[in-house]
Amino acid sequence: MTLNGWAQIALFFALLLVLTRPIGLFMTAVFERRKTFLDPLLLPVERLLYRVTGINPEEEMHWSIYLVAMLMFSAATLFLTYAIERLQGHLPWNPQHLAAVAPDLAWNTAISFTTNTNWQSYTPETTMSYLTQMLGLATHNFWSAAVGIALAVAFIRGIARREMKTLGNFWVDITRALLWVLAPLSLLFALALVSQGVVQNLKPYDSAKLVQPQSVTGADGKVSTVTTQTIAQGPVASQEAIKMLGTNGGGFFNANSAHPFENPTPLTNLLQMLAIFLIPAGLTVVLGEMTKSPRHGWAVFGAMSVLWFAGVAATYWAEAQPNPLLRGADQHVSATQSGGNMEGKEVRFGIANTALFATITTDASCGAVNGMHDSFSPIGGMMPLLNMMLGEVVFGGVGAGLYGMLIFVIMAVFIAGLMVGRTPEYLGKKIEAYDIQMSMLYLLIFPLLILGFTAIAVLSPKLGLSSLTNQGPHGLSEILYAYTSATANNGSAFMGLNANTHWFNTTLGLAMFCGRFLMLIPMLAVAGNLAAKKSVPATAGTFPVTTPMFATLLVGVILIVSLLTFFPVLSLGPILEHLLMHAGRSF
Amino acid sequence: MKNEMKKLIVTSVLFTLVTGVLFGLVYPLVTTAIASVAFPKQANGSLVYDAQGSVIGSHLIGQAFVGDSYFHGRPSAAGAGYDAGSSGGSNLGPTNKALLTRVDQAVAAEGAGAPIDLVTTSGSGLDPDITPAAAMFQVERVAKARKLSADAVRTLVEAHVTQRQMGLLGEPRVNVLELNLALDKASH
Repeated sequence: MTLNGWAQIALFFALLLVLTRPIGLFMTAVFERRKTFLDPLLLPVERLLYRVTGINPEEEMHWSIYLVAMLMFSAATLFLTYAIERLQGHLPWNPQHLAAVAPDLAWNTAISFTTNTNWQSYTPETTMSYLTQMLGLATHNFWSAAVGIALAVAFIRGIARREMKTLGNFWVDITRALLWVLAPLSLLFALALVSQGVVQNLKPYDSAKLVQPQSVTGADGKVSTVTTQTIAQGPVASQEAIKMLGTNGGGFFNANSAHPFENPTPLTNLLQMLAIFLIPAGLTVVLGEMTKSPRHGWAVFGAMSVLWFAGVAATYWAEAQPNPLLRGADQHVSATQSGGNMEGKEVRFGIANTALFATITTDASCGAVNGMHDSFSPIGGMMPLLNMMLGEVVFGGVGAGLYGMLIFVIMAVFIAGLMVGRTPEYLGKKIEAYDIQMSMLYLLIFPLLILGFTAIAVLSPKLGLSSLTNQGPHGLSEILYAYTSATANNGSAFMGLNANTHWFNTTLGLAMFCGRFLMLIPMLAVAGNLAAKKSVPATAGTFPVTTPMFATLLVGVILIVSLLTFFPVLSLGPILEHLLMHAGRSF
Repeated sequence: MKNEMKKLIVTSVLFTLVTGVLFGLVYPLVTTAIASVAFPKQANGSLVYDAQGSVIGSHLIGQAFVGDSYFHGRPSAAGAGYDAGSSGGSNLGPTNKALLTRVDQAVAAEGAGAPIDLVTTSGSGLDPDITPAAAMFQVERVAKARKLSADAVRTLVEAHVTQRQMGLLGEPRVNVLELNLALDKASH
């Protein structure tokens, strides 16, 4: 670990802190339909969109209608993507003449992008045409992000409203999220990325004449001479921008943000990391503003920040350590090299930026990677896994992170109420049996999916184990990581796992689907139930949700719930691997 | 209720189509148009050309170099090696025997005490850079093979060290393709 490494981590957090309030206040104005500086440009577009699609923007929706509208819309976008993937061979903007995507893979990918997961069982540059990437996949980065933001705003309304039956209008919320928040930020960010070297074109792949021709031994043992290098191209920057801002994470290329065309410089790396946290962090301010308790928003922000810092510190420490099994190479940090575990990492990012990126991308349900998590040290790889197991609530996915966190907030308030023996209250709302039942349902679906699917896969040599690249405890980590990532809608992977099989495409698709939509039902039910409640005035016995004490309790509840659930499986995977590695064992 | 459902379905389909065109076609095409005017070189891959004007690589994408007379980049897990049509890492875990064997072989080829980045694969398999330590490690070998003085080659390496961006971001690094092209030029 170096001083410069810590300085870069500190700079990231300082910039996030500066940006959180402005973006939060802006989004509050957008979703309360107050005046913003973009109105002259966007109001006419908004009105036209409502007229064409037959939306009545003044209509208010009950939580169940809000839910159904969201499901209908997600289904429509899902089928569109599936169709484009299957038909890409007959559609334009396919300069590499890529054939139709296989049905199980197309299905997995359509679910993956609809659920904001962006799990990728395929190598994009050899599978998806430019049109599929633009119209089939990048659009989902906008849609699923807008849906996430809309749901978070609806949940906040549930808390803020008193004795009302409705949570807002789904169509208005996603339209405003798309037009006011995601579109302008993406366009600016995309151009900033291009200026640093991220490619943005529609031309066929380039063929470069190698400076030194190479002889290559093929799989059949024949030696051939390679004189050219094929350089994949495409409309990358436009997709890269929304991939980060929408915490989607699906790479244009297989190597994702490790690829020099997706993430060419340390500056693009910093901007990408900021883009992941920008909207989730801003939503904590929206929470504070809309519930008229700004300090509550900051308390939630504080709890998230503590968990973020713990994650990045542990990952950075673990990755900066030399691998004790590698002898002969120089793994020490010096002025001219960053040392540590460099397998799967890029020189321009080094240890600190890769550890920081890995933490951010798994805290938020982004899933973009700038280094290969599968090659991280055991503890360094466990931290991204653990971040996801917390339920993607450390800033979290756009929207999804906040409503996930609010479920934990309700649990924290409930536990505080139990401790002092009073009916718990949250911002003037009494928390009752129904709210706790629904919150527990939300919290239990998650580990059930992860542990259930993992157990089946590791017990079956044919279905699960045959896909492994790594043996020993690391093999368990690979499978566990896949189901955790899918259920948490993260999308990053221990990429050694060959997930492009019928079994994994199907079950991971199911995990992604349930991890998003099944968990939304209890969440919206809580929101609807809260909105209908009366407000009770705060008394001396009310547990304040604006203090460091509350933030501490919240962190405690998150850690206890997650660790009690997942510690056993982690001890058999990464923790065991760590111990064996230091005992000199390899597999 | 039935009418309401029908309306929701119609709205869903229309909304998908209209915003699909807006964000799936208009947005990327507008970005492409602006980028091609404002940043034509970067938007097209920061390509490197030879004297005849044919493409010989990209500043951002690494190429394989072997033998004593070129600086070596990092081992690559992309395709058969530095395949920029199929990026990716090795995804070998830290306790995997295949990783340990591969690194041992690389250390044997590069020399004992080789900097770790020179004997490990990158995440993309296309890493254009090595650390300054890894470049300096190879100076004697390259100088000997090219019949140049070690000092001259060292000076060349120093001239190709890219410092941290804005003095703070990322890590110091040496672009292998650019260094080797400069080396070819210096040898002639």
